Amino acid sequence: MKALEFSSALKQRGFTFFAGVPDTILKGVIDVLSADSEVRYVSATREEEAIGIAVGAYLGGQQPVVLMQNSGFGNSIGALATLPLLYKIPLLLLISWRGYRGKDAPEHSVIGTCTMNLLKDIGIRAETLTDKNCDKAIARAVGAIEERQVPAAILIKEGVIS
Amino acid sequence: MKGHEAIEKIVRALKGDELVISANGMISRELFAVKDSANNFYMLGSMGLASSIGLGLALTVPNRKIVVLDGDGNLLMNMGSLATIANLSPRNFVQIVLDNESYVSTGGQPTASGTVELEKVARSCGFKLCRRIEDANGLETLIEELLRADGPTLVLVKIESFWKQVPRVARRPEDIRSRFRDSAKHSLAPALGRKCGIRS
Repeated sequence: MKALEFSSALKQRGFTFFAGVPDTILKGVIDVLSADSEVRYVSATREEEAIGIAVGAYLGGQQPVVLMQNSGFGNSIGALATLPLLYKIPLLLLISWRGYRGKDAPEHSVIGTCTMNLLKDIGIRAETLTDKNCDKAIARAVGAIEERQVPAAILIKEGVIS
Repeated sequence: MKGHEAIEKIVRALKGDELVISANGMISRELFAVKDSANNFYMLGSMGLASSIGLGLALTVPNRKIVVLDGDGNLLMNMGSLATIANLSPRNFVQIVLDNESYVSTGGQPTASGTVELEKVARSCGFKLCRRIEDANGLETLIEELLRADGPTLVLVKIESFWKQVPRVARRPEDIRSRFRDSAKHSLAPALGRKCGIRS
């Protein structure tokens, strides 16, 4: 699907505050968000920082989204555990799934293999985005957030968003 | 000056409508002991992120001053945050760094702030007003000046490494969140977003 289509689907669900660290897979989405005057995209230096900014935006009344690569999710497990998971703060995490089934640069292989298990182990439900399930994946992630008031993730593999 | 003395003076200098994010460890505990308020968000873990939470708030609640009560160890753990804050330059952002040049909660190990002048790092990043203070006498006046100025502003408050022991924050994290979010809502400017299905 097109980045614009995916971004519009998020906007329709009321997500208009975004913070993140770039990744190649997310490039199109970040470009669309950055150019859209109806939303705000904040570029952070690290993923933990993006989580902190998103939590601040939530406390300020927004429904925030955090964008990151899965290696950055690895960086930010402690921040997720001691901030949104501890305080029960709903965030939508868009995580690019580098190293999926080992088909990527070697530095992505370890995290690529265990991304889903890491999410599960810290209590974050995850949906995997495909060409055909955009609305359903977002709806299910939002459903998980509503039900549990903690972050939920949408994992995005290479080639799904153009 | 002593840490609790600094926090007492800072609280006195605040007008009362500021939203305060306090760093984990002794800073949150002492703030809770000095004056608990619905306007305080006590960060219990996530070391380093008080300034980032403050930034997210400053961008979404532009009509209130956001005060981050930070520590030197916290600032050093997320120093990139200074660049992000300066890059976006929210006018309502005030960062007060209580600097004892050590990690007191974990046994007093020294931090780099004994040699690195952190307020100059903030200035280099582009903070609009940066100060360092060692004398307790001028602290209240200085905080008032910072609150009046266009942000982002930062002050490094040099304190003794000793903190008297105070109890942990006696509130559940979810309660801290809900109470604070309700308090911030009272001033909510027209939000960027439409409502979605997530309850607050």
